[in-house]
Amino acid sequence: MSKLKLIIRREFIAKVRNKSFIMMTFLSPLLMVGVGFLVFFLMKKNDEKVKKIVYVDNSTLFSKDDFKDTKTVYYEDFTNLGIEETKKKVENGDYYGALIIPKNDSLEVLANSIEFYSKESPSMSIINSLESKIERKLGNEKLNYFGIDLEKINASKIQSEIKMYDFSGEESSKMKNWIKIMVGAIAGYLLMMFVMIYGTSVMRSVIEEKTSRIIEIIVSSVKPFQLMLGKIIGNGSAGLLQFFIWGILLFVISTALTAFFGIDMAEMQTANLSAEQLEAAKQAADPNKMQLIVQEVLGLPILKMFVLFIFYFLGGFMLYSSLFAAIGAAVDNETDTQQFMLPIMLPLILAVYVGFATVTNDPHGPIAVAFSYIPLTSPIVMLMRVPFGVTWVELTISMLLLVVTFLFMVWLAAKIYRVGILMYGKKPTYKDLYKWLKYKG
Amino acid sequence: MSNLLEINNIVKNYGDFRALNDVSIHIPKGSVYGLLGPNGAGKTSLIRIINQITMADSGSVYLDGEILSPKHTADIGYLPEERGLYKSMKVGEQALYLAQLKGLSKAEAKKRLTYWFEKFDIMAWWNKKIEELSKGMAQKVQFIVTVMHNPKLLIFDEPFSGFDPINAQLIAKEILQLRDEGATIIFSTHRMESVEEMCDEIALIDKSNKILDGKLNDIKREFRTNTFQVGVHTANPKEVEAKLKESFEVFPADFKLLGNELTMNVKLGKNNSANELLSFLSSRGEVQHFVELIPSANDIFIQAINKNM
Repeated sequence: MSKLKLIIRREFIAKVRNKSFIMMTFLSPLLMVGVGFLVFFLMKKNDEKVKKIVYVDNSTLFSKDDFKDTKTVYYEDFTNLGIEETKKKVENGDYYGALIIPKNDSLEVLANSIEFYSKESPSMSIINSLESKIERKLGNEKLNYFGIDLEKINASKIQSEIKMYDFSGEESSKMKNWIKIMVGAIAGYLLMMFVMIYGTSVMRSVIEEKTSRIIEIIVSSVKPFQLMLGKIIGNGSAGLLQFFIWGILLFVISTALTAFFGIDMAEMQTANLSAEQLEAAKQAADPNKMQLIVQEVLGLPILKMFVLFIFYFLGGFMLYSSLFAAIGAAVDNETDTQQFMLPIMLPLILAVYVGFATVTNDPHGPIAVAFSYIPLTSPIVMLMRVPFGVTWVELTISMLLLVVTFLFMVWLAAKIYRVGILMYGKKPTYKDLYKWLKYKG
Repeated sequence: MSNLLEINNIVKNYGDFRALNDVSIHIPKGSVYGLLGPNGAGKTSLIRIINQITMADSGSVYLDGEILSPKHTADIGYLPEERGLYKSMKVGEQALYLAQLKGLSKAEAKKRLTYWFEKFDIMAWWNKKIEELSKGMAQKVQFIVTVMHNPKLLIFDEPFSGFDPINAQLIAKEILQLRDEGATIIFSTHRMESVEEMCDEIALIDKSNKILDGKLNDIKREFRTNTFQVGVHTANPKEVEAKLKESFEVFPADFKLLGNELTMNVKLGKNNSANELLSFLSSRGEVQHFVELIPSANDIFIQAINKNM
């Protein structure tokens, strides 16, 4: 067996046999699903509590039709009781709050003089929903005042959905865009998580060899570069295995739980969305729409995306983890890594933020394009852009830049690595690292 | 006897610091070669160059007549001063891994390891983790890992640090036996008593330069001062001492004898022979003690370093 293979195998086995690795592999999905369910049940419990809201309408503009009861909120008309009596009753009784609508001839003044009294500070969603009810009603009154027929206004509402095509004749839609954003975001986010978890694991493995002082024995048998490469590949494969197991476990656990408790996963995911988002999600959950989603996903350039995913995933991971390895080599213990971690974490986090902020908005805008060229951010940003269709020219430039930077960074990291692993004691400065680069061999 | 290792005009710089300045050392096959020098002299830099952990800026290294290349890592066994093993890996697994990195097949590695583990009577440790062993126990494993692939050249950097005297003795014996079986050994240390015991030849490195090398006995001869420790039974010690001072340089004794003899160190002049001194002494009393003061490795070390200041 070649030396590189031996190193990869040892690193992989050492990682996989590690107790905390095994625990994390099997506990994380349970925790993730468990926390998800907990949140879901708590939200449900929270929602199940019925809120009673009373209103005193001195303007006589509103009727019970404007305050329709829902599953969780009931409205009662206390106008006859008067303001003071109502307040007293609400304060002492089992009521959520009281909405006081005064009398005023001006709709504008009225709109800003409505008050809400409650024992505790009310939830924002309740206030929002009350405000929208009031705005709708007063808006209609205003239209009436101008002599505009409400029926006609309602009848004149037209919904338009623009069908989008590119010049290759491929159809796209808002739904499709939404799916593309999701697919890209998941891919980019996965890569960031992977780099953070397993890049630091490469670093820790280097530090371990340094602190246990075995490093000099190893490098008397193999080249430091081989050792570094073996570590990156070994830890990366262990990471891929863990991700793979997580994927399977998450799927199995959620399927099992859904079957046992009859909980709709889609419902669970939407538990903490606002009412409007809920509406959109419900539309999406529509069986016909569901089929559409599957169709749309299948309609994406899956093979191209898969190949590019693999390329950027591996490229990004190798690039970052070689830097992590260099940090591990430069220091003696983990507490000293902080000052060197920041410049590595920064582009990683920047990439995710830029990705979410620009790609979702305008996938082919100048900022999104620029960041999908810059090698430290390109793996994440480009992965987010790929579902929207990126030309081969852009891909080639981005990939070439990544490969060249990767080779340069690995060379740089390997230099720091081979000097650093044999240095003990003093915590190095950036100046020291620069000096090491100039050492021969 | 031919040389196993020839180091010619090695120069190594770390930035502005010159760690090795034109160092040449020739190590004969089948010898134990002591590489001596104070801390920071450049010993470890030289050893790392031999192990191809770092490269020299200029100069050449030949192993067994061939210019040193990566394939030679299998011919070298190295026990560094800063040493250790994977703490959470099992002893047997770890040794197998390191043996395979040195180019042994798994089966061959297992065979050799079994031989050594049985020899040291530590088969029971095979499935233990290093962190469960004591420091001395781990050092034994470390020694086995260094020698198991039967290298032509063995490099020990402070091999006895961390061993109790009994285990140090055991390891010293093993090292000498390996030499007798044909291995060449580089032995780097600043514990001079072990140099006397082990080394055939030495080189002394100080401040990046080699300041001395050769056979230990030749060097001792070179550093001898023609001084003798003498002890004489005489009725009249004062007179004997006074007479001695007329023809020799006499210093107070720095040794002790069992009786109450007259003791002193006597340095021969250029024209004196040892016999002259002896016959002078025996004519004055009964000579109890007459030994040439041979410089110890320690004396040579200190003298040479001081001279280089």
